[in-house]
This record gives sequence, structure tokens and C-alpha cells, in this order.
Amino acid sequence: MSEEIRVPIASDADTIVARQRGREAALRLGFSRTDATFVATAISEIARNITVHAGQGEIIIRGLSEEGRDGLVVIARDEGPGIRDVAAVMRQEYASEAGLGIGLWGARRLMDEIEVASQPGEGTTVTMKKWCGFDEVGRLLDDRRPSDPTPGS
Amino acid sequence: MRVATGELRQACPCGYLIASIQSALSDTEVVELRDSLLVEVARHRSRGVIVDVAALDVIDSFVSRSLSTVARTNRLRGAKTVVVGIRPEVAVAMSHFGLGLDAVDTALDLEAGLELLDR
Repeated sequence: MSEEIRVPIASDADTIVARQRGREAALRLGFSRTDATFVATAISEIARNITVHAGQGEIIIRGLSEEGRDGLVVIARDEGPGIRDVAAVMRQEYASEAGLGIGLWGARRLMDEIEVASQPGEGTTVTMKKWCGFDEVGRLLDDRRPSDPTPGS
Repeated sequence: MRVATGELRQACPCGYLIASIQSALSDTEVVELRDSLLVEVARHRSRGVIVDVAALDVIDSFVSRSLSTVARTNRLRGAKTVVVGIRPEVAVAMSHFGLGLDAVDTALDLEAGLELLDR
């Protein structure tokens, strides 16, 4: 997948579109259904940060190929108020069930890499990556789906 | 009753309310569902609520928190809440995320959910 998917985020309905596009992209790139769900869930969290804190922004999804690994990158960009102390947010000092922290914190656990670039007054860019092929549980779950054809049946 | 997000029906004669979510929900719709559940449980004097989430391909922090709120509020009114139908891959994602559905009972499907409420 060399094309880039861009989803403008202006309302919480756009979040549904972004996570669906992210899931589809992940499946096209060969991710397991479980990993595609991780990607969709992480997108849901960072898209919410855009609608709640910045009002609008965009999410960009594209395939990745680096050092012999394939994966997917999601970039969430807004021109909102920004984050004063990114490091503190990432350490989960602000994370509460209702707060800004929970989304970034969750995205970090669901994706393989996450970077947050932000300055007060200059918006926020979250870049997160997930690599194909490390998902043992996902493969087990996918293999066990009754609808999937099983060898010898 | 119909809500934007799915269907709420009183399961007679057992006195339970069953909410079956039909499609992916925006945060606004999640709030609508949460509020309708609370209102309908009070109106029907339900002793139990089943929320079927099998249609949800993402359960994130917001959905999870809203379900926990429903369960905690219902519990204060003497009604039990059971969430049924969490998809396997959604359960794995929730577990990695650390989302645990505080105070919410869960069951595999509607039938298991009804059994749980009858216990």
C-alpha cells in the first residue's frame, strides 16, 4: 500500500471513518484481525484528542517499509492549543479516566512506537507505528475462527 | 423503544432491559445510549440490563468508561448490568490497553447474560 489515506477530523463521526480506514489499511497490509483492532482502537483515542482538545485536524495513514520490516504509520495532526509537558503526559502523570492522558497512554500500549511533537499554541502531531508479524495472540484468534476454512476439512 | 444507536426493549416477563447496539457508535451516540439506558432502567423499574456489544469492532476508553458509569449507576438503584458479546479481538485490545470495565459483569452472549441475571 503506497497510497496515503487522509481523513479530516472535525467531529466525532469522522473518528469512526478514520478508525475504519485504519483497520482496512492494516488488513490490506497483512496485519491480523487483532492487530488491525489495536490500530483502530489507537486511532479512536488520538482522534478523540483532536476533537476534544483542538476541534479539528487530520489523520494520515500509510504503509511503511523500513529495514526489511513492513508496517503502518498513523499521523494525527492538529493546530490546537498543544501540550505543555509532553513527557509528563507520556509518563501518564495526567492520565485519568477522563483526561488527555488516557488516549495517548492507551495508544502507546496498542502500537509499537509513538512520538508526540507539541508546543503550546502550535498544535500537536502524534506519529505512531505498528509493525507486522509480532502478534501471536492475534494469529491464534484468527486461526480459531469457525468461519475460516481449516486444513483438511 | 428505538434510540439512534440501537434498540432498547423490555424483555418480558423477566423484567430485564435489553439494549442491542446495531453499528459503530460516535462518542455523541455513546452518550445518548448511556443516558437512554439510565432513563429506561428507571422508567421500567428493571432489575437487570443487558448491553449487547457484538456489533462494536472497537471498544475504547470512552465506551468502556460509559459502560462502567451505566453499571455503577444501575447498581446504586439495585439493577445489575451485564455486557455481552465482546468480540475476541476487542477483548485482547482492551486487555492490552488496560481497560477493565469496572463494576460491569460480562457474559459471552445474550443467553449467558440472561442466565447470569437470573442467578
